Amino acid sequence: MQTNPKTPSTFTGQDLHLSYGGPPIVEELTVTIPTQAITAIIGPNGCGKSTLLKALARILIPEQGKVEVNEVDIHSQSTKEIARQLGLLPQNPRSPDGITVSDLIQRGRYPHQGIFRQWSREDESSVSKALSLTGLTNFSDRPIDELSGGQRQRVWIAMLLAQETPIMLLDEPTTHLDIAHQIEVLDLLKELTEQHNRTIVMVLHDINLAVRYANNLIAMRDGEIKTAGKPRDVLTAQMIHDVFSIQAQILPDPISGSPLCIPVIGSS
Amino acid sequence: MHYLAIATPTLQRSLTVLAGICLTIFLIQLADRIKPRSYTFRWKNISSRIQLRVVWLSLGTIIVITILTGVGLIVGDYPIPASKAIATALWDRNGEYDFIINSLRFPRIIVAILAGMCFASSGLIFQSLINNPLVSPDIIGINSGAAVLAVAILAAGGNIEYLPWAAFLGALLTAALIYLLSWKRGISATRLVLVGIGINSVLGAIITYITIKYPIERVVAAARWQAGTLFGATWDDARTLLIGLLILLPSAFFLTTRLRTLQLGDETAITVGSKIERDRLALLAVASLLAALAVSVVGPLGFVALIVPQAARLLVGSITGGVLIFTALLGGFFLLGADLIAQRLFAPVMLPAGVITATFGGPYFLYLLARYNRAN
Repeated sequence: MQTNPKTPSTFTGQDLHLSYGGPPIVEELTVTIPTQAITAIIGPNGCGKSTLLKALARILIPEQGKVEVNEVDIHSQSTKEIARQLGLLPQNPRSPDGITVSDLIQRGRYPHQGIFRQWSREDESSVSKALSLTGLTNFSDRPIDELSGGQRQRVWIAMLLAQETPIMLLDEPTTHLDIAHQIEVLDLLKELTEQHNRTIVMVLHDINLAVRYANNLIAMRDGEIKTAGKPRDVLTAQMIHDVFSIQAQILPDPISGSPLCIPVIGSS
Repeated sequence: MHYLAIATPTLQRSLTVLAGICLTIFLIQLADRIKPRSYTFRWKNISSRIQLRVVWLSLGTIIVITILTGVGLIVGDYPIPASKAIATALWDRNGEYDFIINSLRFPRIIVAILAGMCFASSGLIFQSLINNPLVSPDIIGINSGAAVLAVAILAAGGNIEYLPWAAFLGALLTAALIYLLSWKRGISATRLVLVGIGINSVLGAIITYITIKYPIERVVAAARWQAGTLFGATWDDARTLLIGLLILLPSAFFLTTRLRTLQLGDETAITVGSKIERDRLALLAVASLLAALAVSVVGPLGFVALIVPQAARLLVGSITGGVLIFTALLGGFFLLGADLIAQRLFAPVMLPAGVITATFGGPYFLYLLARYNRAN
């Protein structure tokens, strides 16, 4: 990519109170996301990690508190303006019937378009870059329904790439993927932060992959951040016990030396 | 001999209709050969891209509509020579056929085309917005809403002049009611359809109640209106439709980008920067107005809004501004063709066009579906 979207200097959530109209899910949560790095959020089901991600992506309006990019509240900006700064890959994105790969990816360009500005050179180059980065160039005219789960996930990531946002939020980008495709997706995200200055926040279930790829790890439980920081510091047997209520051993990974979490079966 | 005399013209007409259908199918097959290429237009800050396939198919549809218009002017219980028919329609206001052409046939043709355009574009917006190919204004009760007030006026022997207004109002009130009843921290497409189907059946019951309560001779008129007919269409009707279309179709055209975004689901739509509730309301309003407009003039003609967008989607893919225009044209062609068949097939008996849209629409739909399944 020749041009990278402008990197924000700060991305924070302050004093967030989140709910879906019922009982509070997250209360008084404050989080600072390091820019140009990968942040992974881990935690048990229902701990509020997806809820937090939705609030950061401004899908969920906080009852109290605010999310700020460059110290400006995202809800105070126009929707298209903020959509040029941060994008989200939801957990189960829905594609319209019979739509082709390139058609879907093009729709990611919406925040850059206007009534008369429908297909600029930037639109065209962003879409082709997104296609080539995700290895989908040869699939561009294929209907999405004909693709495998892994390919389909890459199409959605490509759409997010076409949006050209400096901040990318992904809710479980590797679910439904086999190990090879998981690695492929995470390698791509790593490349995006290292070479294209993207700031990435993702919810992951696989603790070991989170540790391997993330620069910053956030462990959540019951709507609270239990601990956050460098994966090497965060991943301890105590943390696993506190967050997931299971016993685990932490061993150095024989290849990379990064910590590896091994649950002790029958210990819970 | 006597039976043959009756049977022969009907047979001839049936064969003509069959030939027309075969021709349409042939043209569709031909259209498939067109490669999906696109043309990009850029000038200063203005840029746009069109699929060439949509352009060619739209031009083809316009040509077919023009031919059908000519046919519609010429044929009838009182055949008129082609040259005279066309001259009378276009410039010669003093010819001997002036009344038949300019008061009966021509306005009816134009009304059929414009009403078909309204129904089809309305159906396309509903289907795309709700992401369900089986949704159309007739199924979620908008046509029934128009019918309740219209049938009430007809059955109660009210002033016929108010009929279009009553129908228009009925359709809009129903659309508003569906919208309000579906609202629960936002509009969900599924809820909208379910509420719509519920309202449709309630309205159907009210219509049945009205028709059994009132004397039979008035009810017949109501039943005829309900089937959807272009009989007695006037230039005033055409003008109403044209003005409405000139406002609504461009609005819909500029809303298609937003519609394409809404199709991605609420979460994705928000993150690419769309104001989902505002955009959805605007689209539902435009689609409801298009349906209400057409129903107020020609009655609740079924199937056009359901089938034509489906056909268009199978031919050119998911919605864009160009696809919207093509769908509208295809709707014009479909209703015009259906009305010509309705008038001529069992002449001198004239069927309401709605009967034909349903009888021919069904199998045509199945054909397209089969073709689509084979392609996959």
